[in-house]
Amino acid sequence: MKLSVNGKSHDVDVENDMPLLWVLRDELGITGVKYGCGIAQCGACTVHIDGQAVRSCQIAAGEVEDAEITTIEGLGQPEALHAVQSAWIEHQVAQCGYCQSGQIMQAASFLQLNDEPTDEDIDFAMSANLCRCGTYPRIREAVKTAAKTLRGA
Amino acid sequence: MGKLGTIARRTFLIGSVAVAGGVAFGYYMYKRPAANPLLEELGEGETALTEYVRISSDGITLITPRADKGQGVYSMQAALIAEELDVELEQVTVDPGPPSPAYYNTALSEEAAPFRSTDDGFAAESVRSVMDVLMKFLGMQITGGSTSAPDGYQKLRIAGAVARETLKKAASQKTGVAVADLTTEGGAVLLPDGTSLSYIDLAPMAAQIEPVTEVSLRDPSTWRLIGQPMQRVDIVDKSTGRLVYGIDHKVEGMLHAAVKLNPAQGGEMSAIDGSEAEKMRGVVKVVPVKGGVGVIADNTWRAMQAAEAVKFETGPSPFPASMDDHWSALEASFVEDAVDSRQRDEGDTAARLEGAEVFEAEYRAPYLAHAPLEPVSAIVQVQDDRVDVWTGTQIPRFVQSNVADLTGMDIEKVHVHVFMMGGSFGHRLEDEVVKQATQLAMAVKGKPVKLTYSREEDMMHDFTRQIAMARMKGTVKDGKVETLDLGIAMPSVVVSQMGRQGFPVPGPDLQIVAGAWEQPYRIPNYRVTGYRAPQLAPISSWRSVGASSNGFFHDCALDELIHAAGADPMEERLRLMWHDASRKTLEAVAEMSNWGSDLGANRGRGVAFVMSFGVPTAEVVEVTNTPDGIKIDKVYVAAEVGRVIDPLNFDNLVKGGVVWGLGHAMNCEITYTDGVADQTNYHAFEAMRLYQCPEIEVRGLENSDKIRGIGEPPVPPAAAALANAIYAATGQRIREMPFNKHIDFV
Repeated sequence: MKLSVNGKSHDVDVENDMPLLWVLRDELGITGVKYGCGIAQCGACTVHIDGQAVRSCQIAAGEVEDAEITTIEGLGQPEALHAVQSAWIEHQVAQCGYCQSGQIMQAASFLQLNDEPTDEDIDFAMSANLCRCGTYPRIREAVKTAAKTLRGA
Repeated sequence: MGKLGTIARRTFLIGSVAVAGGVAFGYYMYKRPAANPLLEELGEGETALTEYVRISSDGITLITPRADKGQGVYSMQAALIAEELDVELEQVTVDPGPPSPAYYNTALSEEAAPFRSTDDGFAAESVRSVMDVLMKFLGMQITGGSTSAPDGYQKLRIAGAVARETLKKAASQKTGVAVADLTTEGGAVLLPDGTSLSYIDLAPMAAQIEPVTEVSLRDPSTWRLIGQPMQRVDIVDKSTGRLVYGIDHKVEGMLHAAVKLNPAQGGEMSAIDGSEAEKMRGVVKVVPVKGGVGVIADNTWRAMQAAEAVKFETGPSPFPASMDDHWSALEASFVEDAVDSRQRDEGDTAARLEGAEVFEAEYRAPYLAHAPLEPVSAIVQVQDDRVDVWTGTQIPRFVQSNVADLTGMDIEKVHVHVFMMGGSFGHRLEDEVVKQATQLAMAVKGKPVKLTYSREEDMMHDFTRQIAMARMKGTVKDGKVETLDLGIAMPSVVVSQMGRQGFPVPGPDLQIVAGAWEQPYRIPNYRVTGYRAPQLAPISSWRSVGASSNGFFHDCALDELIHAAGADPMEERLRLMWHDASRKTLEAVAEMSNWGSDLGANRGRGVAFVMSFGVPTAEVVEVTNTPDGIKIDKVYVAAEVGRVIDPLNFDNLVKGGVVWGLGHAMNCEITYTDGVADQTNYHAFEAMRLYQCPEIEVRGLENSDKIRGIGEPPVPPAAAALANAIYAATGQRIREMPFNKHIDFV
């Protein structure tokens, strides 16, 4: 099947029911997307499908043949950062960093829908992404900074 | 110390070793493995040389042997070297280095020796010195125990200084300018006329000369990096998906593998039938491994699917069948025959408890998983003349030796490549995954095999935090705490953990009482007894180890007695405390939280103090008792670490420790039924999520001359301060973790 990832088309020979997560990681070598739980409880595998944040461990490859898939690598790179990534760097959010690709993808999708979030909105939008290091206070601050940048843009 | 210092200098063959196109400053050659160079308090004009700086034509690499699980020690170690070497962090790359006895961890032994960390007396220092020797002998290149900062604070700065002075000497020889007229900046030696000679260009020459071994360390007032907020060296990569963790690494021709382990912890699988699995797409081979079976395939998901298709019979767990049995074993351990230590025994506790009004309470703490977000993984490739291991580990030397044993390869032919870790919290002090990956790789010799645990395997086969129980008896008199008698029962973490590495551990295990026996209080009758329970489920070090349960027990016990005495929780703790640096942490949180001010209806505030890993840490938690349950509003933390090396990372780590301590105290436990963990994934073990996270205010204090690490100390007081705050808000005293068995949280 053909998959479009970060603007590039890939031919992959996989079962229809292989989770997108494992197609990205093991077949295409795109490892910014992380495996954490496999049951949509941690959010480490969050990617965008047509701009919307989803858990790639729950999406079968066969379901997204015609969709545009974006991973953290496609969101922004050091020379051209997304506003959410800039805020994450400014606030030095990451400790181990393993959950942060998913946190950033979640935040980017959420802020696209709501760039003036209240504290409650942030709690609601970000609580399905687990961080075992406990970077939550900095995630809150970084989301606010990113929202401000996006409003200004 | 002077004499020992001289001996230490002589026992080293000090030299620098040329590497391809450059120079490595300078791998120590140990002539007498038990010599102890770190006895000397290195300062002005004293000698050392470094195995921490490597310069080649490609650039400058700083070796940071303490593993980074997310706590930022790559950055911290690099900053300590760079401060003296005069390079900017943007100019260097960091590398955790190979397993080597040269990178032993001396600070670990300080916590292993049976002296309070507030005890600087001769006996204490002597025993710590013996432990240092032992540590080096064992070559324990271990990351743990919040030791990276105290371990590296002197030796990494010295390493940087030695490299800098040797490069200056090379520049002097090249140009004829006296060393005294040379300065260094930004990775270069500067001549008086402004000419700049880069370290990289000087390196080949520096390799040819005798290194400078007499260096003096800079005065803290001149520091450029230490004490300033630093941008972590990994922050951009971690925010753009570029950072390669062990689980992400790729080796040419690599196969993927998964395991299915016997669900009952400690039991062996039998009647393994892999015939169905072997027919599945992509499957290469089904291989029995330690504790279960592995499947090698061409993709991780296919391997995981196939592992689930393997048929087998479950072997029984050698551990108690029900949690009631586990708890009964602890209850039965509060007897004289099981006394493991009684390091604290002041006044006449037994006599005082006769005939007086005695307050009693019993506390419990459950098994807990480490559950770092990156499941454990390892890549192993076995070839005729070498074995390579790529993994995230806190114990590279043990990994190297265990892989050598399994493969029959000479240890120097086992190459361990250590990766950044997606969290650990003590999880990667174990290496079962490496052993299993090695067995798989041996079955397809020549091919690299990456074994990735599923989350379920990772959680169900974790070596958990100890289960523990405490019993308190106490008396109060004239509004003051008069007697505190605390007994703690648990199995030995150290025996369980080191036993898996083949090391017997004789003598008492002070982790059974850590976080309780060494608290700097003067109470007229004060006794802390450790009781050793039998080994139950296999257990391991979990962020803050013994103190993770004992800090909760000891501080809540004290809080109950303070309330029984009718005293103020802050004032009575301060009155009882003799250690000045510890008092200041309590005074700091009292000021930060405006202790004593009115919080309003349905609210409460609790304080806790725990010294662990030598770090006095005080926390105040504020809660509201809402109709939907307890809401944690705010936490104030003050910790004494001697020197805050990076205030930004310090703040982040302390907040993380508080979240860790609170989240597990509120929500988490691992229970076993017939040896099988009942919690299999994050849906049943989620700790704290963002919506429950309070605002946290942090202050680092620098009143002590001992440099300490901060990874673990914020954890133990958190649960106690929360329980004490809940009592203040509701009148309900919670004595068992997880607290949500007894009260709801918003």
